[in-house]
Amino acid sequence: MFKWKTDEFSWVDFTIDVLRVLIVLGVVVGAWNTLSSGRITLAQWVNLFAAGLSQGSIYALIALGYTLVYGILLMINFAHGEVFMAGAFSTVFLAEAFNRTGFLNDQPLLAIPLMIMFAGLVSMTVAILLERVAYRPLRGSPRLVPLITAIGASFFLQYTFRGLYGSGFKAYPQVKILQGAISLGGINIPIVQIFVFFSALALMLCLYWLVERTRIGKAMRAVSENKEVARLMGIDIDFVIMFTFGVGGFLAGSAGVINGVFRPQGVNFFMGFIPGIKAFTAAVLGGIGNIPGAMLGGLFLGVIEAIGPNLVLAGLGIPGANQLKDVIAFTMLVLVLIFRPQGILGERLSEKKA
Amino acid sequence: MDVLRSRTSRDVLSLGLLSGAFILFTGAVGMVAAFHEREVVDRFISLGQLMLLTAPFVTAYFAAGRLREQGESAPRMLVAGVAVGLLTALPSVILLLFNSDEYRFLLFMTLRLAPLVAASVIAWGRLRAGAEMQTAIGIWLLVAVLVGIVTYSFALIFEVKGDLRSVFVNIDRDWVEVVTFDNRKDLMRGIGALGLVSIVSGLGGSILYLLPTVPRRALIYGLGVTALIGAFGETARLILQENVDRDTLREIFRRDTLRQNAALALFVISTAAGFFWALFGSQARERFSNLDYGPRRAVNTVGFVLFVLLMLMLPWLIGRTLSDVAVTIGIFVLMGLGLNIAIGLAGLLDLGYVTNYAVGAYILAVLTSIGPLGLFKGTFTFWTVIPIALLAAMFAGFIFAVPVLRMRGDYLAIATLGFGEIIGKLAISDWLKPLIGGAQGVQAIPKPIFLGTELKNPEQLYYIVLAASLVTLFVSIRLNNSRTGRQWMAIREDEDVATAMGIDTARAKLLAFTLSAATGGVAGAIFAAKVGTVFPNSFTVFISINVLSLIIVGGIASNPGIVVGAIVLIGMPELLREFSEFRFLLYGALLILMMIKRPQGLIPSKIVTHEAQSGVKPALAAAE
Repeated sequence: MFKWKTDEFSWVDFTIDVLRVLIVLGVVVGAWNTLSSGRITLAQWVNLFAAGLSQGSIYALIALGYTLVYGILLMINFAHGEVFMAGAFSTVFLAEAFNRTGFLNDQPLLAIPLMIMFAGLVSMTVAILLERVAYRPLRGSPRLVPLITAIGASFFLQYTFRGLYGSGFKAYPQVKILQGAISLGGINIPIVQIFVFFSALALMLCLYWLVERTRIGKAMRAVSENKEVARLMGIDIDFVIMFTFGVGGFLAGSAGVINGVFRPQGVNFFMGFIPGIKAFTAAVLGGIGNIPGAMLGGLFLGVIEAIGPNLVLAGLGIPGANQLKDVIAFTMLVLVLIFRPQGILGERLSEKKA
Repeated sequence: MDVLRSRTSRDVLSLGLLSGAFILFTGAVGMVAAFHEREVVDRFISLGQLMLLTAPFVTAYFAAGRLREQGESAPRMLVAGVAVGLLTALPSVILLLFNSDEYRFLLFMTLRLAPLVAASVIAWGRLRAGAEMQTAIGIWLLVAVLVGIVTYSFALIFEVKGDLRSVFVNIDRDWVEVVTFDNRKDLMRGIGALGLVSIVSGLGGSILYLLPTVPRRALIYGLGVTALIGAFGETARLILQENVDRDTLREIFRRDTLRQNAALALFVISTAAGFFWALFGSQARERFSNLDYGPRRAVNTVGFVLFVLLMLMLPWLIGRTLSDVAVTIGIFVLMGLGLNIAIGLAGLLDLGYVTNYAVGAYILAVLTSIGPLGLFKGTFTFWTVIPIALLAAMFAGFIFAVPVLRMRGDYLAIATLGFGEIIGKLAISDWLKPLIGGAQGVQAIPKPIFLGTELKNPEQLYYIVLAASLVTLFVSIRLNNSRTGRQWMAIREDEDVATAMGIDTARAKLLAFTLSAATGGVAGAIFAAKVGTVFPNSFTVFISINVLSLIIVGGIASNPGIVVGAIVLIGMPELLREFSEFRFLLYGALLILMMIKRPQGLIPSKIVTHEAQSGVKPALAAAE
């Protein structure tokens, strides 16, 4: 929003506007260069897009946890990435056990949902404990206090799991029926990406049903609207908050397994940090506190992250553009926070809230 | 049953189980076994064993305090001490049984029965609370299935993998060895030993509480000092080495651990000192505060001069190894003071402080390096580059601050965290590799040269850090008392009100970010000169978290607090190498604990204390 009719010249606005113009120029020039050079075919673009969508659906699942908690407590649960890690890391052992007994490849349609349940429940326990031990005593304190606590909790959880399960990298076993690709009009899309996207979508629909159609969902909405009035209506606020953390944790844990099926490598105690920040970005992108927003933001971020480096950075002649994937995501975070803190779908929050 | 329902027994039960959980947790993450490597007193007790002892001891002491508040009698406090001891040992004993070959069936039995028990307990609770039978059955089924998924999965994992250790890597032989007090072969004896030690220390804790004030304080002091010096035996030895001849040293230490006689002597001396302090300390303090302004000021001045002399002599007193640690601590003090300008004074939670540190380090590296990446191959010296690094960091701070000026609170924190990550990724990328070397970093950075001597030892570098810290300290104290400092304070308290009072918040915030960045740049430059190479891996989010933690733990906006915070949080893991693996576990726990129990920090600043005591506590709704 350019402010053409400002009373005074504000050089902060001016700098931000210059920044905006520079970014738009950079994106346009980069994209133009890439597209006109024709280095990447249409099929490759579609593949990138599909991969981005599946990665994005994982971000969306984690982002829902941020959004749910923010909607109710107006706090950023910085440790949510670690809740994701807790489920993903713990379930590696179950996946290995399933693989060794042959159950994983004999009955994948039973084994994977069981793994998702297990991861979800582990993460849920972690999230509920986190709320009970670290956040509940701080309700109502100044806003930076819970944030610092959350940062502490994040490192505490990382190093707890490092101590419990060791510091080495682990990997999920391969699931045979998810190997290979489906050919759609000459474009090969890996089955695993389709699986990831649809299972995440199913979980998100479950959440939507829970929030919109059940009694407890109604209570959650009431608490996020106004805690005091909700309490007067006879809603047990502590339980609703605990339940919210639990649901967010469950989604994060299940995202851990889906992520493990999608990218089997790289399971260790630090695996939650980067996805955590990215999912937060997704939540902010969609408008934090807004459930459909988080889903949309996750998908959007996944796609941008897949396409951005190849489209813009490579077009600007930057070598090793794919290394800078994370830079794109974090730049998106900063840009959204600067230019549209209310996100794509979010309503404008009052200054105090934002 | 009634005994269990009383408030007293519930307190004892929860405290005891808390201490048991602590022992179990530290064991499961490997702390107990790692600390066992370090002996506190030669052939007598290790740090790991000391932890096992201290938990019931301290808990029983506090439990006795609780009981006294409730007006319980002394014998009951002793019983409570024993109970705390038993409860502390209980979780570890159960885990020992689960872990042993003969009793592993107990583990599987527990895992298989747990869902039924949990479901029944919860459903029964709902029934008694007046729920319908149908609902209770529903709840029973739900809980049984959910808990069952988890426990049966664990049962399957353990069955396939064979033992606990294949999942929980630290439940290993070493752990068993420590918690059974070297009775790994005979499990029952080991369990007995653990139980006995726990009970005895629990009892000891409650007896200590029952002692009259003076001997109690003296004992606490004596035990504390002995344990501390024993644990930091290596450090104590390094300090003594500089000042005491070899034979005496050999009398006191066997390698790095205190000999038994020396420990006993230390205990006696420190207890005696504690005794005298408990008797006469309060009198002395009273007499001091009754002094007139003139003499009191004189005493303070003498104290200050002595402190400055100590700081100046420090490298000679502590030797090379510890000077190296002192330099590291100093670099973090520098960063702490810098970040405190943003966080403590202006209330801007900056989680990307590593950015400035990296800018300073890379600027120094690129400008002075004599390696292939050096731009000037040694024409620039450390001293000319320090101001350049400072300006560059200020510039970077300025650039990163402009876009975030409009953000507040947690959004600001996340955005700055994003900046930190961006810088880290850029430093390691191929894009900037021709300039700053990518993952290999920049090498061959010469040491600073001062009046013709190369400052290559930590003893010499110490003075650079000291000087820089003193300058920063001076600047930050002066700033805090200046008009700008007042503006920052106003912004910290309420930005809207500050704007309404006519404060140019954008300017004040920019100033805070820029000045805080300057110090980070200098710290980075000194770090680069100290290490001689600059790698992107040195500039991760962990640096920012380190600095944040030391500020929070020491006391936000409190300069002495930052120094203490840096000594504790940076120095301790460096001195106690077993500890460094658990440093972030400790930081995390400390951040949570401090925020819940003592948000003003260990050594709070006067203003923050005043605010905390004025009782302005916003209601639940205030956050909205």
